[in-house]
Amino acid sequence: MAIPARRSGEHAEPPHDRGSPEGVGRRRFLTYLVAAPVLTVAAKVGFDVVSGAGGQAQALPKPPQLADIKDLGDILALANAPTQENVKLEVGEDSIVRLFLHRTEVGQGIATACGMMVAEEMDIPLSQVEVPLRDADPELLFNQLTGGSATIRHLYGPVRRAAARARGRMAAAAAQRWGVDTGEVAFADGMLVGPDGRAESLGALTAAAANPDLPDPGAEPKPESEQELIGKPTGRIDARRLVTGQHEYTLDIDVPGALPTMVRHAPTIQGTPKSVANAGEVKSMPGVVDVVTIPTGVAVVAETFGQAEDATKALEVSWNAGSVDDMSDEDVEARLKNETLPLTVPDLGTSMDFEFFWHFVSHAPMETNCAVADVRDDHATIWSGLKIPIIAKQDIAEAVGLPQDRVDVHVVQSGGSFGRRLFHDAALEAAHVSKAIGKPVKLMWGRVDDTRHGRARPASFNRARVTRLGNEIVSYEYRMTQIEASAEHGLGEHITAAGARFANYPWSQSIFHAVVHCPYEFGVVNQLLHEPLDIKFNTGSWRSPYSSVVRTTEEIIVDEVAAELGKDPYEFRRQFVGSDRKRTVLDTVAEAAEWGKRMPSGHAQGMGFHEEYNSMCAFVVEIDATDPGNPRVYRATCAVDVGHPINPKGLEAMMHGGINDGIATVLQAGLHIRDGLPLESSFGDFRYTRQQHFPRDVNVIVLPSHTTDLGGAGELGVAGAAGAVANAYARATGTKPRRFPINFDVDFEPVPR
Amino acid sequence: MPEYSFTVNGEDVTVDAPADLPMLWTLRDKLGVTGPKYGCGVGVCRACTSHLNGEAFQPCITPTADCAGQDITTIEGLADGDSLHPVQQAWLENDVPQCGFCQPGQIMTCAAMLERKPRPDDEDIDEIENICRCGTYFRIREAIKSLAAGRGGGQRGRSG
Repeated sequence: MAIPARRSGEHAEPPHDRGSPEGVGRRRFLTYLVAAPVLTVAAKVGFDVVSGAGGQAQALPKPPQLADIKDLGDILALANAPTQENVKLEVGEDSIVRLFLHRTEVGQGIATACGMMVAEEMDIPLSQVEVPLRDADPELLFNQLTGGSATIRHLYGPVRRAAARARGRMAAAAAQRWGVDTGEVAFADGMLVGPDGRAESLGALTAAAANPDLPDPGAEPKPESEQELIGKPTGRIDARRLVTGQHEYTLDIDVPGALPTMVRHAPTIQGTPKSVANAGEVKSMPGVVDVVTIPTGVAVVAETFGQAEDATKALEVSWNAGSVDDMSDEDVEARLKNETLPLTVPDLGTSMDFEFFWHFVSHAPMETNCAVADVRDDHATIWSGLKIPIIAKQDIAEAVGLPQDRVDVHVVQSGGSFGRRLFHDAALEAAHVSKAIGKPVKLMWGRVDDTRHGRARPASFNRARVTRLGNEIVSYEYRMTQIEASAEHGLGEHITAAGARFANYPWSQSIFHAVVHCPYEFGVVNQLLHEPLDIKFNTGSWRSPYSSVVRTTEEIIVDEVAAELGKDPYEFRRQFVGSDRKRTVLDTVAEAAEWGKRMPSGHAQGMGFHEEYNSMCAFVVEIDATDPGNPRVYRATCAVDVGHPINPKGLEAMMHGGINDGIATVLQAGLHIRDGLPLESSFGDFRYTRQQHFPRDVNVIVLPSHTTDLGGAGELGVAGAAGAVANAYARATGTKPRRFPINFDVDFEPVPR
Repeated sequence: MPEYSFTVNGEDVTVDAPADLPMLWTLRDKLGVTGPKYGCGVGVCRACTSHLNGEAFQPCITPTADCAGQDITTIEGLADGDSLHPVQQAWLENDVPQCGFCQPGQIMTCAAMLERKPRPDDEDIDEIENICRCGTYFRIREAIKSLAAGRGGGQRGRSG
């Protein structure tokens, strides 16, 4: 279904498809010309590979049989291998080079990092590169999903190859025009420069470079040793736009006639509307344009969001039951505990057993769930921050009864995600409303609904047993039992999504086993996940899915086992991590943080280590828990090794994000579930980290490049930082925290449902 | 519908709006001034923070009627043309934004604070209530400290 039949004929043949140089397989030549008035390189060769280019294609995964796969990023890479060279790069007549990024920038800095790759390979200033986000493109089978901290790992090769190819063609075009050798054309200050010093802009040569008759020099990316910009701390390419208020988030886009729209959702999670008693009355309220019942609630379309919100509150709706109406926290915990899979190693008398409970945590990006939709009889256009836009396109087409190619989905750089924008519920709601009223709408969730009806990291009960023999750890077992984490998006297109919607369980298992692994040499390690099939909350991957809980919990366990053996937490980790690379990270953070220094009473240091997606990091934090109910993490030190850092400044920002999440989830921010709905409603009661909670002194040490086997970074910081915070709190207070967040009283009056 | 006049980013404007319509929506939905962001609607996240007569305020909890005759500045009006405000400049120098959604509010809060107190210390910075879900707090602190020390925001030291 997703491989369009119109491929050949629409674009020029790959120039290197015929007569490849000796020893160079076709998979190395994956960029080729798109017939366009300006130079556009884009690769479609992947589809040739899919359709039978012999042994070149890698097998698509057959979840859940993934035992040989290393991590989630690798799985996604396998899935997107056939289209991995589908990179769209354009040299504009304005001399701006545009990379149409098929991943979604949500704050993690990938647009800047990928822009750096382009600037590096084309030898142009970064200011000459723009990185707009690519529209949903079903040609990108399995390859338009932003997740698994995989963007840089997946795009480092393809983006550089596309840029190198573009550079080669630009140079060839200049050489042809000037009658010199391609090798004599240089790039300086964003211009092409000839041997006699004459210069021409990229824009003036892009049309010539796009000419399919131009002999293609087939340039390859620079070796890492010659990289100048990559690896250099670089400010974000969008920073000026962001600090001046000029960046257009979804609801800032001026879609003519698009009307503010809000939805009244049910008083319990996944409840649905039965009937509306006063639709006519509400429709006559000031500023209200229309009232529309959609599958998930009752929408009010109005002249302003303020009026739409007032009107949603005035609606009298009777509701069908939701999915968990009878459940509160204690029910959730009891069910999870009851269903925990048994440990297999018997208690030998030297076992240490542990039980931990983690509450739900909202994704809570600053920009609430939102979308703009313009659905007409024969065409629909959607704007939204979407990490899997292909699924959104397919679902919306189905929902509004249009063929997929009549639905354009524009991906908008958005205000945070943390996993939330893997789902397109706001876009679907907006499409329903727009179709119903025949006008464009801009739909926004209020913060209360975003907190209560949005998605969350599932609550989980965690049991572990560490068995030791003398000073050795001979086995380590871990049982995570959590509320189902929705993986209904599959691998980002309809086929696997349909599979995941039919049966979430194997997908959860696949993701769990692809991300969770114990970084310590603890003998027989056995970690299992179970998610009860019949409890449906609104959940999804939350930054560092599974790991953010399992690995944080393990770091706490490690500290307690070390204490039991009379060992220092740092020395214990050093002994058991089992690799020099990991020890270097630990040593670096320990030295920089002055590990083991004397601390005042009520204060302590805590350490956490985490390895994920071929990267690793360690944190040491210092906490003042003199008042255990109001602790302050005041210093944080981090050492991080991602193999080959593209933008150390962006990487550092991701580690800051890990600290932010670690403080929030361990110490203070979660959701209480009462009768099928969270009590929390906004940042007043969902107490995410604020300036007063964040350390005043932060030092992130980015370890230098040592391999071209890149690791992921976007989610890396969470578990290490969270583990350090939890361990520091435990040491400072002399307690053994078992329930998270630690300070989590209902000391507020919940907003009425 | 009542009519209200005020100054927004130096321009005199008049709008028809319900008296109790939060100023955030008058700005965004009626005037197309989209710099101030909705984050909570109840004044706790501070993403919408702008200036009312030079003081930080939250338009999401301020009725339009209360702004009549007043002088409003949003993030769009902070810079002097192409010349950034020192706080914006310091934000660039420290590469503060991640997703950026809270930053208009963070910057407007900081700009108002520096007007009131040009040399804020760590305790003053701790009092900033604006939520940043991404965790840019340390770079915000560093940016403010550079401004307090007179070495950031392009105030000084351009030639070293």
